[in-house]
Amino acid sequence: MFDKEKLDKIKQDQANWNENKVGKALSKFPERKKQFVTGSNQEVERLYTPADVAELDYDNDLGYPGHFPYTRGVQPTMYRGRFWTMRQYAGFATAEESNKRYKYLLEQGQTGLSVAFDLPTQIGYDSDHSLSEGEVGKVGVAIDSLKDMEILFDGIPLDKVSTSMTINAPASVLLAMYIAVGEKQGVSSDQLRGTIQNDILKEYIARGTYIFPTRPSMRLITDIFEYCSKEVPNWNTISISGYHIREAGSSAIQEVAFTLANGIAYVEAAIKAGLDVDTFAPRLSFFFNAHNDLLEEVAKFRAARRLWAKIMKERFNAQSPKSMQLKFHTQTGGSTLTAQQPDNNIVRVAIQTLAAVLGGTQSLHTNSKDEALALPTEDSVRVALRTQQIVAHESGVAETIDPLAGSYYVENLTNTIEKAAMEYINKIDTLGGSAEAIEKGYIQKEIMDSSYEYQKQVESNERIVVGMNKFQIKEEAPKGLLRVDPSVGELQKQKINELKAERDNKLTEEKLAVLKTAAEGTDNLMPYIIDAVKAYATLGEICGVLREVFGEYQQSVIL
Amino acid sequence: MSLKEGILNKDKRAAARLISMMENNDPEAIKIISALYSHTGKAKVVGITGPPGAGKSTLTDKLAKKLRQEGKTVGIIAVDPTSPFTGGSILGDRVRMTDLYTDPGVFIRSMGTRGHLGGLSKATLGAVKVLDIYGCDYIFIETVGVGQSEVDIVKAADTVLLVMVPGLGDDIQAIKAGIMEIGDVFAVNKADRDGADRTQVEIEMMLDFNHSEWRPPISKVVALYNKGIDELYDNMNKHWYYLENSGKLMEKRIRNIQLEIIDLVQRELMDRLVGNEEKKAMILKMAEKVAHREMDPYTMSNDLVNKVILKNS
Amino acid sequence: MARPIRVLVAKPGLDGHDRGAKVIARALRDAGMEVIYTGLRQTPEQIVAAAVQEDVDVVALSILSGAHNHLLPKVVELLKQENVYNETLVIGGGVIPDEDIPGLKESGLAEIFTPGTPTQVTIDFIKENLKRCL
Repeated sequence: MFDKEKLDKIKQDQANWNENKVGKALSKFPERKKQFVTGSNQEVERLYTPADVAELDYDNDLGYPGHFPYTRGVQPTMYRGRFWTMRQYAGFATAEESNKRYKYLLEQGQTGLSVAFDLPTQIGYDSDHSLSEGEVGKVGVAIDSLKDMEILFDGIPLDKVSTSMTINAPASVLLAMYIAVGEKQGVSSDQLRGTIQNDILKEYIARGTYIFPTRPSMRLITDIFEYCSKEVPNWNTISISGYHIREAGSSAIQEVAFTLANGIAYVEAAIKAGLDVDTFAPRLSFFFNAHNDLLEEVAKFRAARRLWAKIMKERFNAQSPKSMQLKFHTQTGGSTLTAQQPDNNIVRVAIQTLAAVLGGTQSLHTNSKDEALALPTEDSVRVALRTQQIVAHESGVAETIDPLAGSYYVENLTNTIEKAAMEYINKIDTLGGSAEAIEKGYIQKEIMDSSYEYQKQVESNERIVVGMNKFQIKEEAPKGLLRVDPSVGELQKQKINELKAERDNKLTEEKLAVLKTAAEGTDNLMPYIIDAVKAYATLGEICGVLREVFGEYQQSVIL
Repeated sequence: MSLKEGILNKDKRAAARLISMMENNDPEAIKIISALYSHTGKAKVVGITGPPGAGKSTLTDKLAKKLRQEGKTVGIIAVDPTSPFTGGSILGDRVRMTDLYTDPGVFIRSMGTRGHLGGLSKATLGAVKVLDIYGCDYIFIETVGVGQSEVDIVKAADTVLLVMVPGLGDDIQAIKAGIMEIGDVFAVNKADRDGADRTQVEIEMMLDFNHSEWRPPISKVVALYNKGIDELYDNMNKHWYYLENSGKLMEKRIRNIQLEIIDLVQRELMDRLVGNEEKKAMILKMAEKVAHREMDPYTMSNDLVNKVILKNS
Repeated sequence: MARPIRVLVAKPGLDGHDRGAKVIARALRDAGMEVIYTGLRQTPEQIVAAAVQEDVDVVALSILSGAHNHLLPKVVELLKQENVYNETLVIGGGVIPDEDIPGLKESGLAEIFTPGTPTQVTIDFIKENLKRCL
């Protein structure tokens, strides 16, 4: 971007500055630290100049919003058209209670729903399973059958909202239920908008709510890709998630690298299953974390966009521009919140919100200040949503596109992250791809090393976490935390009993038997699952049948 | 209830405690095992080894489940390396066996190598005896086939199951040199991957150099999906029948016990020679003498050994 | 040389967030302990069976799902049934509200470590509170 003569002069001037000015200053006032690093341990220089981005080629490396390589954003007008979708992840206890919370959030100006399911639902167990004891309704809503899903979306027209569901191993079952609810409301499946997380690889890596082994899991995923490309064309069929990888303790670079490596694995699986890349790739979406190191995070989002565009174009030979656009949801970093002085978390979330917006996110969940302690209360959820609204309406950062582009530091960091992530991806390729690298424990170990390193830095006070290892105060235990009524488990059990007494059990069994045969074969399973769901087979029954055929995943632990 | 009564009454706590005491070289435990030694020798002991990542724990899990279906009880001793720097270890083999935890017919014990010289085999073989007295029909000893001491442990088994995987590449050469010759039964795990046939051929070729009566059979298995386990189980049993019917079982056990006795004697002698600070200080003094050329190291050590042996004979 | 302290690190319940469990496992290892790691989704029955067979000094339970009031006391109860509770130190960690801690301690948990606790605090606590000698 700069001519050679100018660059040489800048380099010369910088050297002089370093020698004279800086040297003098340092002899009087030494710097705070020997080495400065980013939130993920990348070294930070004292000053960035055009010399640090000398290789940058504006057209090839940055370009224009809505143009390859999409570094500056996937849409031509970005937030000048409309703001990102403000989408708060919520759900707890029963479908009835969650339904109330959704209606409240929509009234407060939220523009999309995001459903949290409880752990038994995420692992494919009904509420009356022995492993569900104590867990029903705890971290999200309990869904046992279509009946619960009908209650969950009661009075919420599915053609008017977009719904994101954090569901992975049993994603096809929950999507089937959503389609069935839509049908009952008179909304056809091509009008449904939303996302299922459906990202099993990161479950193996970081989040732990897996059910089936890798191969059948990948089949379920590619079945969804295929089915939706025909029947639910506006549905984002997967949300390839770096969020949980980061929560597990990875660096920003690892977050990009492992997420995109997983993305590559899904694209390869779908191509292997016979799908044309441009039929499914436009519906792939991503999900990232936003941490406190503002500029590193912005660079991360920009690097991820550029890298994915290149991968899709060069590696998979995608033709459609939509296949190359990395669209993503962001959630602020849960692991950055402290249980100590929880009000400080509001400030952290505000910084992270800026990072996501300056990084060009398509939608955002802001964490509530009390999430390091328990489920958020209605008041704290409102503050979290207001934080987004303040950034949108008052901060001014949404008025122009990609405002940090051209910052020597941010561009340099964008390059660094892209390059380092690519090195990881190459390494994973030599190990035989993401699924294989997970089975070998490679990815988990890399994350674990980062996370342990971070822990040691915090414990040695090399890294300051305000209120936790510095600036502490004596504080009272917080009051008024949200508790889930322990009788929810009993209530759900009762509902299952009623359902099993009411439904046409012969029909249910028939549909489950047909599903089993299909699972043993190679048919696309979505239509069979939809049939079973409509016959009010429970989630546990459907997953049970699939468990019988597919077996269960075995965790790979390398410590 | 005393530990002795406890273990005879199949009390898991007693067995667990005795294993700990054997690991900690507790003379009380040695007394108990000595008194109950006639109760040992009934279990079939299977050593399971192979390179890291071969899926040994998953395979052990599936074999144990198979044995449970056949009504047999199973003991599993899973050995993992201890960090030489901190003395600590993370023992994670259990993760692959969670279904077995609450099975009353299964006893799983994780052991760290703890870095003590030769002591690993003493502790592990002690644990085998405890589980034998406790009444396990089969006892699996699972270790990573990397170090000499780990290989020594599995050698103490009646049957050694060597687990290989496709795609080890050059590693197979190293493993070949170290442990290939100790396998009585081979499993090529993860056999649904490319290269499984090649791995099998490579093992076959190597076995062609082996001219003993027993030709180790090779089973292709996919432990994760429970494939090929029955065949592997049959092969293990075939080896057992071969040992029993050919009279090799007693021969093998005598040889193993011979090695065990030599090992114990070595440890005992070392212990008596340098087992405490006082003795270490004495040797330091002797070294000083040698350093000043008042004596030579050969005569010095010879005298020392004689002194230990004579004093106690 | 004294024997190493043996610790069972387990995750009761269904939540899959094992970052904390793994960090503590590594820290205890680096403090010279033998850590037996049992992986995700363990029932109280499985945890106690493992604790008995492994003859551990400490059972360390990490839980983030909110099911702690149900699952942690159950582990203690089963340890008592197996007659090993009087020799086993039981500690817990995870996202556990302060107001739940007294109840958990009353049920037999020796200490609860909430987010932000330095690993050294846990290590020291274990060393000072073992129920049987090394």
